[in-house]
Amino acid sequence: MNMLTHSWYMTLRHLRNTLRMPFVIFMNLIQPIIWLFLFSSLFSSIIHIPGFNSNSYINYLAPGIVIMSTFMAGSYAGMSMIADHNHGVLNRFLTSPVKRSALILGPLIQNAVTMIIQATIMILLSFMLGANFAGGLVGIFILIICGVMVGIGFGALSLSIALLVRNEQALMAFVGFISMPVMFLSSLFMPLQLVPDWIHNIARFNPVNWAGEAGREAIKTNIDWGIVLTYSGYLLIFSILSILLATLSFRKYQKTI
Amino acid sequence: MNNVHQTKCAKEPVAIKVENLVKTYGNDVKALDGLTFSVKAGAIFGFLGPNGAGKSTAVHIMTTLVNPDHGKVTIAGMDIISNQAVIRQTIGCVAQKSGVDLLSTGRENLTLQGQLYGLRGSQLRTRVSDLLERFHLTKVAKRPANTYSGGMQRKLDIAMGLIHRPRILFLDEPTTGLDPESRTALWESIRELAKEEGLTVLITTHYLEEADQLADEVAIIDHGKIIIKGNPEKLKEELHGDILQLELSETNSFENIEHIISDLPEIQEIMIENDSVYIRTDSSAKIVAVVLGILEKAGVNIKSTTISRPTLDDVYMKYTGKTLSKSEGEVDS
Repeated sequence: MNMLTHSWYMTLRHLRNTLRMPFVIFMNLIQPIIWLFLFSSLFSSIIHIPGFNSNSYINYLAPGIVIMSTFMAGSYAGMSMIADHNHGVLNRFLTSPVKRSALILGPLIQNAVTMIIQATIMILLSFMLGANFAGGLVGIFILIICGVMVGIGFGALSLSIALLVRNEQALMAFVGFISMPVMFLSSLFMPLQLVPDWIHNIARFNPVNWAGEAGREAIKTNIDWGIVLTYSGYLLIFSILSILLATLSFRKYQKTI
Repeated sequence: MNNVHQTKCAKEPVAIKVENLVKTYGNDVKALDGLTFSVKAGAIFGFLGPNGAGKSTAVHIMTTLVNPDHGKVTIAGMDIISNQAVIRQTIGCVAQKSGVDLLSTGRENLTLQGQLYGLRGSQLRTRVSDLLERFHLTKVAKRPANTYSGGMQRKLDIAMGLIHRPRILFLDEPTTGLDPESRTALWESIRELAKEEGLTVLITTHYLEEADQLADEVAIIDHGKIIIKGNPEKLKEELHGDILQLELSETNSFENIEHIISDLPEIQEIMIENDSVYIRTDSSAKIVAVVLGILEKAGVNIKSTTISRPTLDDVYMKYTGKTLSKSEGEVDS
């Protein structure tokens, strides 16, 4: 009970602070937007490769870019934790009766809200560039949910790392280092049938790939619910485990204050 | 009957008891090395020492932020490890590194803090408004805290530490970085609080003046241990005597003077340096008139007279062999 009310208060605080700097949402979108325009032109003839099952690359790319935008947003979730640490806000919370999990869930729920806004903007842009989202609103809804789940999962990991490194530059470097391989070792930009086996094998364990697969399946006309539910299940387990890990990271943090 | 019983019980309850605290960081950085002390309920306790002496580590442990390697802390009669939840409701903490969320307004900061401690609805709103009023922050309550001056942020910090009406307040270097004016104003607030609300206050500082001004009792800490502890006045008195300084015109013969006044029983020591005579005495107020009378009769010309009391700096020096400002280095000029 306390956990939920405390999480709610923390969410409100983070939402309020985000509303005071709305440009952050758009900063997060710059990279996915550039990729959307660049990749959709650059790789437009990819559809002629034998084995590519779509008749337009933007149709294939759109869900991938949506997942990319939420994944990137989540990866930087730890920044607010580092700011709180630097300003002494975190230590003040830790000496109060606040639940540790609320300190994780608050920023994550706020991130989920901004991820939904970002994903919607990316979907609209892709639509304008010619993506058709054949599965309709239900499909789009599932795509957004998958995006939020993978974003939350990586967001929680980002909070964990933030609690350990406590340094903005270190976290940025870490995200920069990890995000490219994580995105490219998945089906976000290229169907896995067309990539070497070793990439295919790694992608099977990559949450970003799960989100891409489930999201892409959801916006088809004939949805294979088995694929959607399996990967969504994986994503749910991944986010819950990440949140638990982040909550446990406070112990390590408090050992080295 | 009842009354007598009550006063007996309330006579000297202990608010904070710290026994043999040890905390080591890394392999061999001993932040605390057998720290032991206790604070009486209702007292202002000054924790004095240079940076790196272990003050903040001790506060982190007492405020449930960090666990000690060894030793025991009892707050309001409760062990700090096994009663963490209750203790967090009992204490208020104002950390050295402020704790204000700079993007939020003063009112939002206070409201969230109250919510975390379980305050709700109109009770919370009244408490928030009262604290804003008390710390003269009402006018800026709707502005984000990053527009506040250092003094205002510190006041907001303290207000936040008080939101749940704690019985024990920890203030870790509350006036560091403040200008002298804000510092004096803050001292006044702390004194008032302790008096009106019967708060026990533990304040850490590396300003001797601060400890001297505020504390009923001070403990000097160095290398993670208490070196000396006691009432600041008493500690200074233990140094025995004031210094009576007489500045003379150059024409006087100094040996003569020493000869004239050395018979007075109240005088413990006479030192002569340049054109001044320093007289060490236990009863400066009594002796000053006598000395001046004798010297005037002898025709000695006195330019000025000063009586100075020993300072906490003298106490610090006696027990650590160095002055506090020296052990601070360039940190505090």
